[in-house]
Amino acid sequence: MAEFAIMFISAIFVNNILLSQFLGVCPFLGVSNKLSTAAGMSMAVCFVITLATVVTYLLNMLLVALGLEFLQTISFILVIAALVQMVEIVLKKISPSLYSALGIFLPLITTNCAVLGVALTVVTKDFNLGQAAWYAFSTSLGFGLAMVLFAGLREQLALNDVPKAFKGIPIALVTASLLAMAFMGFSGLV
Amino acid sequence: MGKFQLITKGIIKENPTFVLLLGMCPTLATTTSAINGMSMGLATMFVLILSNIVISAIAAYIPDKVRIPSYIVVIATFVTLLQFIMQAYTPAVYETLGLFIPLIVVNCIVLGRAEAFANKNSVVDSALDGIGIGLGFTCSLTLLGLVREMLGSGSAFGFKFIEGDGILAFVLAPGAFLALAYLIVIFKKLTSKKAE
Repeated sequence: MAEFAIMFISAIFVNNILLSQFLGVCPFLGVSNKLSTAAGMSMAVCFVITLATVVTYLLNMLLVALGLEFLQTISFILVIAALVQMVEIVLKKISPSLYSALGIFLPLITTNCAVLGVALTVVTKDFNLGQAAWYAFSTSLGFGLAMVLFAGLREQLALNDVPKAFKGIPIALVTASLLAMAFMGFSGLV
Repeated sequence: MGKFQLITKGIIKENPTFVLLLGMCPTLATTTSAINGMSMGLATMFVLILSNIVISAIAAYIPDKVRIPSYIVVIATFVTLLQFIMQAYTPAVYETLGLFIPLIVVNCIVLGRAEAFANKNSVVDSALDGIGIGLGFTCSLTLLGLVREMLGSGSAFGFKFIEGDGILAFVLAPGAFLALAYLIVIFKKLTSKKAE
């Protein structure tokens, strides 16, 4: 149990996927203008990362058994793309309310490097299925936390008078830098 | 647009990093030193040129509905090829860049050029476009890497020019965001003056 708790804290705070591993920075900068969209995106990512990691973990067992490890990259990205499509169709059918909340973000997630990144990281570590799923879930929670914090900061920032050249992305990057510095304070925690 | 312009536009006017803001993940993660940034840029350029050539050659035969998955398969094929080549000839670089080599598959620059340029232009133009955008990406990554290396460890391309340590934060995550922010601002200032 302790091992799972450590993995949880480490994935969220110490090795935050966005602020120390730089995976998924595109949506981090792209859809963080509003708190509500950022929260929706985070939930969709959380769902897809956990699901995709479990599926690719099983797929990797098959690839290893067949001696085809070099197909990892190509098969993982196809599986993720197919999975995202499927999730979209299933959600539309069984839960229209959830679909309307997450729907617009789902197509964007295929090219979110956090999903492929986590799937590829997991298979290089000696995780069993439970650990892999838990790692993916904690990591994506870390993504959500950074995303929501950042969106909150950016909402405040929009009201301020920023020098002309810094408007938009540059000031967002400066904010991200300060946020990353704050998260550095957690290093050495576990 | 002239052939020469196809190559040069990627460096300033359509610079993928500082103007289009694409491919941020490898930009931030691999630029801990000038050499690392440059290797990442060249690796991406390799995939970009080859995928542009192949996609422009086969674009006419791909049904419109499945074009994105098909492009991804083409790109992923070249990324796998690149992984083999790098493992064989430059294992040290492959180690340092690590996860970010397979992640070229989801780099928006590569897919973006396939969708925006390669599928409606000739093979030669697409190859030149790949070279241009690839050069722009390599230049900006090298520049960002150089700035971070100089501030963070007091060296340039591995040669130390001051004694002692630099500002460690510039090699770590916060410095990546900060250096990129200031480079974008400088780039904006310089290019907007030129336009006036």
